[in-house]
Amino acid sequence: MLNINLYNSKDEIAWCPGCGNFAILDAIKRAAAELEIKPEDLVMVSGIGQAAKTPHYIRANGFNGLHGRALPPAQGIKMVNKNLKIIVASGDGDAYGEGGNHFIHAIRRNMDITQIVHDNQIYGLTKGQGSPTTAFGQKTSMQFEGVMQQPLNPLALAIAAGATFVARTFTGEREQLKNLLKEAINHKGYALIDILQPCVTFNKVNTFKWYKERVYALDSSYDPSNKAKALEKALEFGDEGIPTGIIYREEGKPVFEELHPVIAKDEPLVDRKWEVKNIERFLKEFE
Amino acid sequence: MEFNILVGGEAGQGMDTISDFLEKVIKLNGYYVFSNKDYMSRARGGNNFTQIRISDKQLFSHSNKLDFIIALDKNTAEFHVDRLNDKGVIILDEGIKFEHEKAISLPLVKLANELGLSRAVGMMAIGATMKYFGLSLEGFERFIPTKFTEQVRNINIEAVKKGYSLIDSQYNLEKRNIEDTLLLNGNTAIALGAMAGGLNFYSAYPMTPATSVMTYLSKKQVEAGMIVEQVEDEIAAINMAIGASYAGARAMTGSSGGGVSLMVEAFGLAGIMETPLVVLDSQRPGPATGLPTRTEQSDLSFLLTASHGEFPRMVMSVRNAEDAFYQTFRALNLADRFQTLVIILTDQYLADSKVTVPSFKLDDLKIESHIADGKVLAKGEEYKRYKLTDNGISPRLIPGQVPGQVVLVDSDEHTEDSHITESAEVRIAQMEKRMNKLEMLKEYVEEPEYFGVESPEILLVGWGSTYGALKEAVETLNGEGVNIGALSFGDLYPLPTKKLTNYAAKAKVIVNVEQNYTGQLGKLIAQETGILMNKSILKYDGREIYGEELVERVKGEVM
Repeated sequence: MLNINLYNSKDEIAWCPGCGNFAILDAIKRAAAELEIKPEDLVMVSGIGQAAKTPHYIRANGFNGLHGRALPPAQGIKMVNKNLKIIVASGDGDAYGEGGNHFIHAIRRNMDITQIVHDNQIYGLTKGQGSPTTAFGQKTSMQFEGVMQQPLNPLALAIAAGATFVARTFTGEREQLKNLLKEAINHKGYALIDILQPCVTFNKVNTFKWYKERVYALDSSYDPSNKAKALEKALEFGDEGIPTGIIYREEGKPVFEELHPVIAKDEPLVDRKWEVKNIERFLKEFE
Repeated sequence: MEFNILVGGEAGQGMDTISDFLEKVIKLNGYYVFSNKDYMSRARGGNNFTQIRISDKQLFSHSNKLDFIIALDKNTAEFHVDRLNDKGVIILDEGIKFEHEKAISLPLVKLANELGLSRAVGMMAIGATMKYFGLSLEGFERFIPTKFTEQVRNINIEAVKKGYSLIDSQYNLEKRNIEDTLLLNGNTAIALGAMAGGLNFYSAYPMTPATSVMTYLSKKQVEAGMIVEQVEDEIAAINMAIGASYAGARAMTGSSGGGVSLMVEAFGLAGIMETPLVVLDSQRPGPATGLPTRTEQSDLSFLLTASHGEFPRMVMSVRNAEDAFYQTFRALNLADRFQTLVIILTDQYLADSKVTVPSFKLDDLKIESHIADGKVLAKGEEYKRYKLTDNGISPRLIPGQVPGQVVLVDSDEHTEDSHITESAEVRIAQMEKRMNKLEMLKEYVEEPEYFGVESPEILLVGWGSTYGALKEAVETLNGEGVNIGALSFGDLYPLPTKKLTNYAAKAKVIVNVEQNYTGQLGKLIAQETGILMNKSILKYDGREIYGEELVERVKGEVM
């Protein structure tokens, strides 16, 4: 186990006191320390949003890109250097709204990366508008008559799209959060963890208490390899309870890095040796 | 000496096979080729054609003259017969009812069926064409596609020979020796230039006429050790390429105008993150879907400022297939040196025109990698990605390469150590650091190529693919005693101004020649130098201007 202080950033944190993001940040550091991933071997990738500031608050490589666009660079980085561990950290707006198309296709590509979604069911950075996971009918700082769209179910969507690791947790369950992160990082393939977290400033409905009263951890009798059952669990959300833990896990599906003949070679692409005269053999067919 | 052949028919009739074969045979016999395609946006039907221009000198443009037509359908015969010169002929199958004094009806289908392969019609037409021009049959077998079975191969060889016996020779193109050459189109030249320059990452979404760059790269990715990835949209394409570049790849993306429009937000990301990136725009007429399979130069104004905010960028265009190879190579070096965005403009005309070019000279080419290593850091020093330096370029480490050091990049305005800031002082320092690259880029831009008399009365200015038309028109007009010259720009931004100010001072009339409606180079020149165009020759019908056409327009509109 590495010293957790290795991951301490000097940057001043701009999150509200009591924000669920703090628990997530702490869990990432602990998971990395316990898995002995050195800061130089870890890349935190994000888009834009409160959650997307995470790369600034952990001392590791980081790519804080454009809103909704965390997954494309994350995959590009992994393709070029498969030795790096990639964690994509973004919010529900970034991951499921602006970045919805990338979400679906990253699942299809199944690279060995971990995506955590800080899901507070509201837009924080832009001050309280409805997000793709805001409840139907909820009044917000923009939807004055209430949200008129049905909320997206990201877990069900991920399972249907073919994701091989789909989990949910809550920032109030710190040990489960850290352990799921470790499982997700160790999972071979794309892994999604939807992390329910209260937004203390802008979401007065889905509070810490609201989540605490509804979440329940799936016990050992639950078989996460059963896809139909998993879909059923994924659809469970609200007053009837919110299951947490690994909702779906499928082992053995090939990852993109194994399928792509160039990436599958021993040395990562970044170490490729190339000289101008290597082009000569490609010019022959045009002579 | 010059001849022009047209091969036309409906999409799906195998025109590409015929024209590819003829081009190779002509090259084998020691003649230069310039062939351009004219096709409709459909996989079947319509009237598609390829024009093959042949000369004993290097060619840079197509021509509208015709000496010979291979008509695979009636439309081709009807559409193009009037362009044939006095001696010109048109060959077609006897089954196509087309009565004309220039028509030579041949029993192509009947003979092909006798050989047992109805598709051999094309090979028979090739044989007849070779005979007409007096091209030698020697060695043609090597061009029969290798994908064919032995039996089909033999029938095709037989078909060429049979076609050869069908008509009489009108010309006698004897085998010549020419310097080492390559026969390729502009998009392939771009792909090869990129590969030579160390490209190892290309992510894109298919869009005509940029797709064939990606297709070639994809075909070679395993052999060359590159990653060529088709992604869900152009937004993903550019963001993925930026991620790859951050991780240490030589990365590029490409599309046509519509796809490039989608990429625009991330131009600024490359700019503020200071990540090297090359973006290819293979232009076609817009706006929106426009004319998908035709040509235009209408994305220049758009790309000069595309994306919000201000950051340094370089915009260059390629003028022909040879230029495309060297400039793409250079673009990757410049993006790496200045850690910013370099945009390459080409267009459908260059993308699909196949041309004989002198073999590429590789000895003078050098891959300049500017990725730093741990030596740039003093003992105990923590790496800062955006460290302020004398010239604004910070040493670029890539993640995972230096023990204990991390590399953070950010789309927000940031401090030297990459963290988000609102500080006015830091903002000014980082803006000035980045924008200074634009000043440095001015030292690296290449002057336009000039052709014509040293003190021209009429100065034509153009960019990119009009190179061939400008060169040919000036040669013709100079030959007729007209006092004219032309500047053909490759690099466009920062705008190289030395030759421009020199020749503009001598000229009485300056005319911009562009494939667009608004005269975008003319505007750029006015903006950067205050030099105003006196006249414009603009074309926006989706068809590339050619030498003779430009001569006529200069005579009609300028002289």
